[in-house]
Amino acid sequence: MPRYEPWSAERTAQIIREHQGIEGPLLPILQALQEEFGYIDGAAEPLIAEELNISRAEVHGVITFYHDFRREPAGRHVLKLCRAEACQAAGGDALVAHAESRLGVALGNTTADGRVTVEPVYCLGLCSVSPSAMIDGRIVARLDAKKLDALLAEADR
Amino acid sequence: MTALRIYVPGDAAAVACGADEVAAAVTATAAKRGLEIEIIRNGSRGMHWLEPMLEVVTGNGRIAYGPVELGDVASVLDAMVAGGGDHKLRVGVPEDHPFMKRQTRLTFARCGVVDPRSLEDYKAHDGYKGLAKALANPAGIVEEVTQSGLRGRGGAGFPTGIKWKTVADTKADQKYIVCNADEGDSGTFADRMIMEGDPFVLIEGMTIAGIAVGATKGFVYIRSEYPHAIAVMNDAVEIAQRARMLGKKVAGSDFEFYLEVREGAGAYVCGEETSLLESLEGKRGIVRAKPPLPAHKGLFGKPTVINNVLSLATVPIIMDQGAAFYKNFGVGRSRGTMPIQLAGNLNYGGLFETPFGITLGELVNDIGGGCFTGRPVKAVQVGGPLGAYFPPSLFDTPFDYEAFAKRDGLIGHAGIVVFDDTVDMAKQARFAMEFCAIESCGKCTPCRIGSTRGVETVDKIVAGIEPEKNLEVLADLCNTMKFGSLCALGGFTPYPVVSAMTHFRDDFKPAPHRQAAE
Repeated sequence: MPRYEPWSAERTAQIIREHQGIEGPLLPILQALQEEFGYIDGAAEPLIAEELNISRAEVHGVITFYHDFRREPAGRHVLKLCRAEACQAAGGDALVAHAESRLGVALGNTTADGRVTVEPVYCLGLCSVSPSAMIDGRIVARLDAKKLDALLAEADR
Repeated sequence: MTALRIYVPGDAAAVACGADEVAAAVTATAAKRGLEIEIIRNGSRGMHWLEPMLEVVTGNGRIAYGPVELGDVASVLDAMVAGGGDHKLRVGVPEDHPFMKRQTRLTFARCGVVDPRSLEDYKAHDGYKGLAKALANPAGIVEEVTQSGLRGRGGAGFPTGIKWKTVADTKADQKYIVCNADEGDSGTFADRMIMEGDPFVLIEGMTIAGIAVGATKGFVYIRSEYPHAIAVMNDAVEIAQRARMLGKKVAGSDFEFYLEVREGAGAYVCGEETSLLESLEGKRGIVRAKPPLPAHKGLFGKPTVINNVLSLATVPIIMDQGAAFYKNFGVGRSRGTMPIQLAGNLNYGGLFETPFGITLGELVNDIGGGCFTGRPVKAVQVGGPLGAYFPPSLFDTPFDYEAFAKRDGLIGHAGIVVFDDTVDMAKQARFAMEFCAIESCGKCTPCRIGSTRGVETVDKIVAGIEPEKNLEVLADLCNTMKFGSLCALGGFTPYPVVSAMTHFRDDFKPAPHRQAAE
């Protein structure tokens, strides 16, 4: 599983500078920040705005528009369950219900112990081997309740 | 003794079914036996029920085995060493499999065959022949593409040649080629497969587009849900650059073309072309009103060709074989072949490229083999979350843009999702509205508000609150969304909803009635 660096203004400034030369740098900057810290700290917003010569509201607007960006750290593991039609057709709904009851939280939440964040994802392009999921960046298909339990147990080791 | 060459797909569908673990086990088992092997991580052939499907190179061609699980590795390796010998998982020569034999692979000719990270392999399999022809007559490219009848494979079906001509005819100091690889429709994975299995064909197609319209810079915008495709495309761009197939002098010519891969951030609406351009510029993915067309004012306000992966990846073979060759396939105004994606509750899911004209029923029953649950097919959604649901009574519909439109459906990006008889179509209609509400960019009211009202209205119908009146409200709401929305997200969400209401009316009866009826 990925280990992230604690947020730092210096490192943030450095990441922004590294992307300054490219066309349309905002998304790549935000992606790099999330890759580094696991989320995008609110304190990064004015730094980015200043460097790119745009308003803080614009930066904030972009961060909040895209599902991928986190404004606070996720749990130690991130489980994304596909909720789209091809997975629904292959038993995806039952799998989501199983995950929710096993973890004790609804989709879009993190378990109280901070162990797992479980989120919906709308299609991983694995529709011919559905239902599918992504756990800590690893894709898995032909899932059932047993396989999902094994993955969650494995992630904890 | 030369090393045994073994292919283990690196395609995401194969990896999700354990291909990486199988590849590692093959390496370890061979090492233990002192067996010299070479593993090539190819793309997928598209027979996904057989993934991970391993292939060994023998004197009689490549012999496949699948689906290979960890426990099968040792015995499959035995069969491979025996020159492609018998095994319970032996598939035989992949090209001879009925699923493959029935196909006409033009766009996907190399997918699963070549090593996606080998430019030599690409060239050895007719790669860059299209570019050579394009460079021989750059002024003729647009006409050739127009003559081929190629229409946008992303879903809208707009003639690719006409789009290119508009950009070519527009004067500007900078033009762009943008590849829309934000393949967010459920049931579709053809873009992902081609990027993972044959990335150079997309690079070649974009390069030809650049030469045709006078663009020197291209972007491939790939959704973040496709990490494998992003990795392969990045590697391929770097390889092409080092080999000078991209850069200041493309293939030694006077044409300049640079390519960059960009990652999306999880917004479905960014598959809409103007929203994608906004996203590339670093903004919220808010849909732009048209006009101006992207062909006139696109990325950073410059003339831009924005095409789907499959459209661009089909250009090289059109240039190589000629417009007439390509146009010869297909029916009516739908020319050439379509890489159709068979998904959901099917026995034989995967990628099936075929000339337009095949019927929906052939695809679902003959080729897809019906539901893996063993239950009868109840509904088939064609064209992603914005596509209509078709009942088996419409299975005679030929796969053709106009034929689907005539039956209030669309082929979209050609994804087919099959549902068995346990599906509740009111629930699917509700999901279509819910998905639209989640993914709406918020710019236009019919989409932003209509989708939420739609969810509420379906809930009322199912709860038995004035069902007849609310069905009318839902139909009226769909009409407003269809004609009042700025883009296809709000405009096409009515397709699944209205088709569910039309063909599966019983599912909209209030829950108690339905229970009583069963």
